[in-house]
Amino acid sequence: MSGLRSTGAGAAKGATTMSDRPADIRVKDFREVDCGLSADEAIAEAERCLQCKKPLCVRGCPVGIDIPAFVREVAEGNFPAAARALKEQNMLPAICGRVCPQETQCEGVCILGNKETSIRIGAIERFVADWERGNGPELPEVAKPTGKRVAVVGSGPAGLTAAAELARAGHAVTIFESLHEAGGVLTYGIPAFRLPKDVVRAELDQVLALGVRLKKNHLVGRSVSVDELLGYDAVFLATGAGLPAFMGIPGENLNGVYSANEFLTRVNLMHAEAFPEFDTPVLHGARVAVIGGGNVAMDSARVARRLGAKVSLIYRRGEEEMPARRAEVGHAKEEGIEFYTCTNPTRILGEQCCVTGIECVKMSLCGVDASGRRSPEPIEGSEFILDVDMVIQAIGTSPNPLLVSLIPGLERGRRGNVAVDKNGRTSIPHVYAGGDIATGAATVIEAMGSAKRAAAAIGAMLKEE
Amino acid sequence: MYKIEAATKLADRVYEYWIRAPQVAQHARAGQFVILRLHEAGERIPLTISAVRGDAVRVIFMTVGKTTEELATLRAGDSIKDVVGPLGKPSEIENYGTCCVIGGGVGIASTPLIARELKEAGNHVIGIIGARSADLLILEDEMKEICDDLYITTDDGSKGVHGFAADVLKKLLGEQKIDRVWIIGPAIMMKVTSGVTVPYGVKTYVSLNPIMVDGTGMCGSCRVTVAGETKFACVDGPEFDAHQVDFVELMQRQRIYTGQEKVSLERFAEHRCRCGEGGHHHE
Ligand SMILES: Cc1cc2nc3c(=O)[nH]c(=O)nc-3n(C[C@H](O)[C@H](O)[C@H](O)COP(=O)(O)OP(=O)(O)OC[C@H]3O[C@@H](n4cnc5c(N)ncnc54)[C@H](O)[C@@H]3O)c2cc1C
Ligand SMILES: Cc1cc2nc3c(=O)[nH]c(=O)nc-3n(C[C@H](O)[C@H](O)[C@H](O)COP(=O)(O)OP(=O)(O)OC[C@H]3O[C@@H](n4cnc5c(N)ncnc54)[C@H](O)[C@@H]3O)c2cc1C
Ligand code: SF4
Ligand code: SF4
Ligand code: FES
Repeated sequence: MSGLRSTGAGAAKGATTMSDRPADIRVKDFREVDCGLSADEAIAEAERCLQCKKPLCVRGCPVGIDIPAFVREVAEGNFPAAARALKEQNMLPAICGRVCPQETQCEGVCILGNKETSIRIGAIERFVADWERGNGPELPEVAKPTGKRVAVVGSGPAGLTAAAELARAGHAVTIFESLHEAGGVLTYGIPAFRLPKDVVRAELDQVLALGVRLKKNHLVGRSVSVDELLGYDAVFLATGAGLPAFMGIPGENLNGVYSANEFLTRVNLMHAEAFPEFDTPVLHGARVAVIGGGNVAMDSARVARRLGAKVSLIYRRGEEEMPARRAEVGHAKEEGIEFYTCTNPTRILGEQCCVTGIECVKMSLCGVDASGRRSPEPIEGSEFILDVDMVIQAIGTSPNPLLVSLIPGLERGRRGNVAVDKNGRTSIPHVYAGGDIATGAATVIEAMGSAKRAAAAIGAMLKEE
Repeated sequence: MYKIEAATKLADRVYEYWIRAPQVAQHARAGQFVILRLHEAGERIPLTISAVRGDAVRVIFMTVGKTTEELATLRAGDSIKDVVGPLGKPSEIENYGTCCVIGGGVGIASTPLIARELKEAGNHVIGIIGARSADLLILEDEMKEICDDLYITTDDGSKGVHGFAADVLKKLLGEQKIDRVWIIGPAIMMKVTSGVTVPYGVKTYVSLNPIMVDGTGMCGSCRVTVAGETKFACVDGPEFDAHQVDFVELMQRQRIYTGQEKVSLERFAEHRCRCGEGGHHHE
């Protein structure tokens, strides 16, 4: 853990990089980049809040945190009360404070954003959660047992959130997770320098402390049959969108071509960066091309950089169109990632099984001026070759088909997602779904928001029975 | 933790373990596998489910690198940190008529479950098991008991037919109608042996063994090309139509980490020397 140290000054200006460790130092390790706010900075920032009567910020938070309330407690230096207020709506505040796209959620609609700068809600949230973790967390109350059994499939943010809500309502919750660690993308996808794994562990432990049972190494559909699953009083499917897409260009199966999921899993889950201390290997390219422009691409590029590579990021649209968080694009640039925007790979070149280069073509109609999201077109004759020895494809993932394709009568949407109503109801009465399996790849906080709505609907259904 | 109930050495570098894993044992079918991880620092490695007894599954493995060497140091009563399964699609078992199940080397481990389920489905089952030499041959008695006919081959002629399983298969195909063939063994053996059935148009399954990580379809490490399409062996397979598999690519991808695997194994061997052979726990 990086602790709560801060490089000081300027927090109130809303600059997200003021508390970052210097790029030349941080690329040599996997420790957290952003050091967070000190207590004084958090208080100073919280004091700026106008305590709006009709707070817009709350509407920007998918889990409905009472933002003015917890921020007021911080301003008064009452951190335990702030933590209590936070956890009333969100059992994973240290995680959300770090990875929520606050700029488009709560902070994006904060009234102060119009005049000066928005309150740094995420940073304050993180501060409170970190403070509480260091000072012995308090557990929320749990209602008395209802005798109802609920199965949650998947232990990512959606599964954990639903489990916490349902356990607090007194239901007996079992989470099934196929991997040997819980957390979903929080554990295998998002790198430690953005989300330290002890932070994930601690918030996970709090969910388990509510009485939730976690069964790791259980792939539902295989280790647990569909009949067993449907035997629970209610089921919440939260299996995520983990199926990696490949571009379908020549050379894709050469040694040295990774999906972002594989590359990140080898490092984040299996600790391949510490090979041979850890047994799982990962290739260390000298020159790595990362394809994509989202958070996953930024994370892959920055991990490859930390493994010692010179990294080129290839994206078919302009930088403005990148779906990644601005701060992460900034971090990647500071760390020396080279950007090839308006560029699309056409084939991966190889010799004797291994990658030697990647052929790309420049794209037109891809920049800021292009109206709307018009399809970029390749510019004829603009092909060029980048000399690389490794390629990571971070072009998206789709809903995990394994379990959902095994459940008879479960309706699915066009992209293979589970079809749900706004409360997470599926076509099977006591089966609900939320998070990426229902929406397609989205965000941590949207996964949590949908899980909360589904948990409320499950609770209502179980009460009626 | 998953307890090893029994551990036996079957042949040079080949071991048989019974591991207690109820959630696997209760659902395991022919053709499926487990992934195990020995300890916190361990790699996830796939091993075929070779038999099931009560709450335990049997795996049979050959020591080829760090993890299998380390696994071989464990004894009955020791535990494995993680075991997940059953993974992969079960074999396509039906009553086809006459089926031939072929195992090569440690690949023989996969044959009893497949042969048994085929038998139970009403098939006439012919087994062919082959090894480099007689002392490396495993599961002979078990296969003899399950199969209607069992052929044995050794590369050096020390037992059974002098030659390869492919030779026996070719001969059988010339003499009788065979409706389905299963071949499990090293990639090169599966490539060569499945070539034999092409002219006869007999549907032939092979169980592919690419490098895996999660085994649940999430990473794509295990991707193989089958009929020109990319498939994930851990969820779309591991069994595929042999005549459609790009074996050259499979063999190429199996070598991705050759350099690191050597480092890992040498480091382990050195560590073991320092600690003495007997001290079998990693740490
Ligand atoms: C590299 C990366 C970086 C990201 N960065 C951000 C970010 O900065 N901010 C942000 O908001 N979002 C980010 N996201 C997106 C975010 O992580 C996801 O939207 C979110 O994790 C979805 O949560 P989930 O619970 O639906 O699924 P997941 O987190 O995918 O969890 C699903 C879990 O279910 C398990 N599972 C699947 N099938 C089964 C089965 N049959 N039986 C048992 N278990 C099963 C899986 O092993 C997994 O653990 C990122 C995603 C990635 C990949
Ligand atoms: C579906 C499946 C079923 C298998 N069943 C058996 C079995 O029943 N008995 C048996 O002896 N072997 C089996 N294997 C192969 C076994 O997984 C490898 O021998 C083992 O992973 C080697 O690990 P190692 O650390 O000892 O050797 P390493 O030195 O790491 O590797 C030696 C060779 O094994 C292969 N390998 C390495 N890591 C992996 C991995 N994570 N996944 C798959 N292959 C890998 C590579 O081709 C490598 O060159 C199976 C493989 C698959 C995919
Ligand atoms: S959970 Fe996310 S959206 Fe909600 S207040 Fe916290 S940072 Fe904002
Ligand atoms: S909108 Fe901004 S200023 Fe108003 S309560 Fe929310 S955080 Fe405070
Ligand atoms: S092993 Fe990861 S997808 Fe098959």
